[in-house]
Amino acid sequence: MTQSANARGGAVPWVAVGPALLWTLAFFAAPFIAMALVSVTVKGGGFSLANYQQFFTDPSYYRALFNSLEVTAIVTVISILLAYPFAWILAEQIPERWQRLALILAILPFWTSYVVRSYSWLLVLAEKGVVNNTLVQLGLIAEPIQLANTRFATVTGFVHFFVMLLTLTIFANLKQLSPSYRKAAADLGAGPVRTFLHIILPLTLPGIMVGAFLTFVLATGDYITPQILGGNNELLMPQLIMLQIGRRGDFPLASALSILLMLVVTVAYLACARWLKIERA
Amino acid sequence: MKTLTRFKNAFRKLALSATALVALGLSPALAEEINALVWCDHSAPEFLKPFEDASGIKVNVKEFEGTGAGMALLDQSQPGDWDVMVIDSIDVRRGVEKGLFEPLPEDKLPFGDLYPQVVLDAFTKLDGKRYGITEKFGYNTIGFNKDKVDGSDMQTLQSLVSDKYKGRIAIYDYYLPVMGMAALAAGKKTADLTEADLPAIKDVLLKMKANAKLVGEVTASQTALATGEVDILVGGGEWVTAGLAKENPALDFSIPKEGGILWSQSLAMLAASQKKDAALKFIQYVLSPEGQARLATSSCYWGMPSNQKATLTDEQKKVLRFDEQPGFLARAQLYPAPDEKLDKQMQDVWTQMLQAQ
Repeated sequence: MTQSANARGGAVPWVAVGPALLWTLAFFAAPFIAMALVSVTVKGGGFSLANYQQFFTDPSYYRALFNSLEVTAIVTVISILLAYPFAWILAEQIPERWQRLALILAILPFWTSYVVRSYSWLLVLAEKGVVNNTLVQLGLIAEPIQLANTRFATVTGFVHFFVMLLTLTIFANLKQLSPSYRKAAADLGAGPVRTFLHIILPLTLPGIMVGAFLTFVLATGDYITPQILGGNNELLMPQLIMLQIGRRGDFPLASALSILLMLVVTVAYLACARWLKIERA
Repeated sequence: MKTLTRFKNAFRKLALSATALVALGLSPALAEEINALVWCDHSAPEFLKPFEDASGIKVNVKEFEGTGAGMALLDQSQPGDWDVMVIDSIDVRRGVEKGLFEPLPEDKLPFGDLYPQVVLDAFTKLDGKRYGITEKFGYNTIGFNKDKVDGSDMQTLQSLVSDKYKGRIAIYDYYLPVMGMAALAAGKKTADLTEADLPAIKDVLLKMKANAKLVGEVTASQTALATGEVDILVGGGEWVTAGLAKENPALDFSIPKEGGILWSQSLAMLAASQKKDAALKFIQYVLSPEGQARLATSSCYWGMPSNQKATLTDEQKKVLRFDEQPGFLARAQLYPAPDEKLDKQMQDVWTQMLQAQ
């Protein structure tokens, strides 16, 4: 009887995990393995490491990865710097009853189409757009400056989106903090700045890092924003990948570039997981 | 008992609905369907509905961009899933070599009415059989705002590499036609391009890039020209300016003295199609004078109809510069049609240009 119950108990976790496992196998593991296999072939040929060789030897190819990492790093840092105070105000300064409404307002940008939002930024940053017109009318610049179709425009479009994401993760973390921490710090003589730097900030690092990691993953793999706002004045990895597919249909090279991008994301995950202990016991 | 009655009623309603659906399915208006892989200019109801109403054949369309993406869609489909495909004329042979396309019956299509220069036997015929028919064409050349630039400057490609228009230029993000233009600027013929020509082409491209504000795909480059962000579009032509003529009559295009690049798109029938008669009827409609006029003035992008008898209005002909076509065609050069190796090399040069700061 006991043995039978144990057997049933042992099967329950597998039954529970089974669907998720099958889903992951079918829609992640299998395609990933297929992509990895395709990446070590050449278009119209057999096994070859030529795609990887091209990436590591052609500056215009590996430059795309550097560009992606630079843009993503800038976006992540700016987003954190903007999102933290925003999340703090939401969690600490706005009365509980208004927080739900404030959160809805904060995530409103998520409700509009990503493409439409990017094209809207293009118009806002254009030579005759709102920003340039305002700067000229205020006398801060004599002539319109190029804001659209630049890395600045790409970063702006990304930050607009990811500040909201980071705000949510940091806000959730701040709400979990017990007020006792601050009271204890105050009892021990710590001022607000010291309490923030030594108590609040370290305790909200998981929220920051979860948001930062999501920002990193989503920004590194995003094609639309740099394509619309960056003006193709530099290539990022997703654009380089798409370039291989468009006319030539070079799926082996596109697969190799995608694998390399996934490796970078994996390294970022490992870095976050190890240093900041995202996992909870 | 009540439950049983409710069940019977529900079953009766279901049976009636199913019968209605079957009847609808067999109605003359939906008697047959074909599936077409198309570009955006074929998707509008005002283009498809007249054919569907007249023939009783429903056309299900799926849009794609780029021959590579189109071929991938075919690879992922079952034979017979698709009946008709729109494809760059220069790539028809790629499809034929993969055994994808069915020879077209020349006697049932209006080849005699097409502009002879766009029939393009070199790309659409193989072993004496015709696999593609050009349905629309135009030029990758210089699109510009005539209120902002000197029209005489737009008569030579050298203006694109001089400092005069620095920061006022956009480059259309497609390597074949723009590298073709760079080849023309370097004094080369697009039909004879080889690997040895690439350094000179790259040199021109880098000079263009230094003058450019952006390198954009269709919508981005069109928006940049329309909003005044730039005044010149390298690779532009009637496909950018004609559709915007009403809102912005200052937009125009030129075929410079060095020439422009002739682009053309073809229709092909899939060899595995189970509905070849219906597919042929659709191709005949697209090539008919009425179908051609609708396709040429598609809201997605305008272009010249390959059939000279297209029933365009005088205003539409004026916008497309219909009367100037003989001269344009005489000066236009073929779209570059590189083999696999040269294609890869050209794309790599394009990548280097995009990354250049």
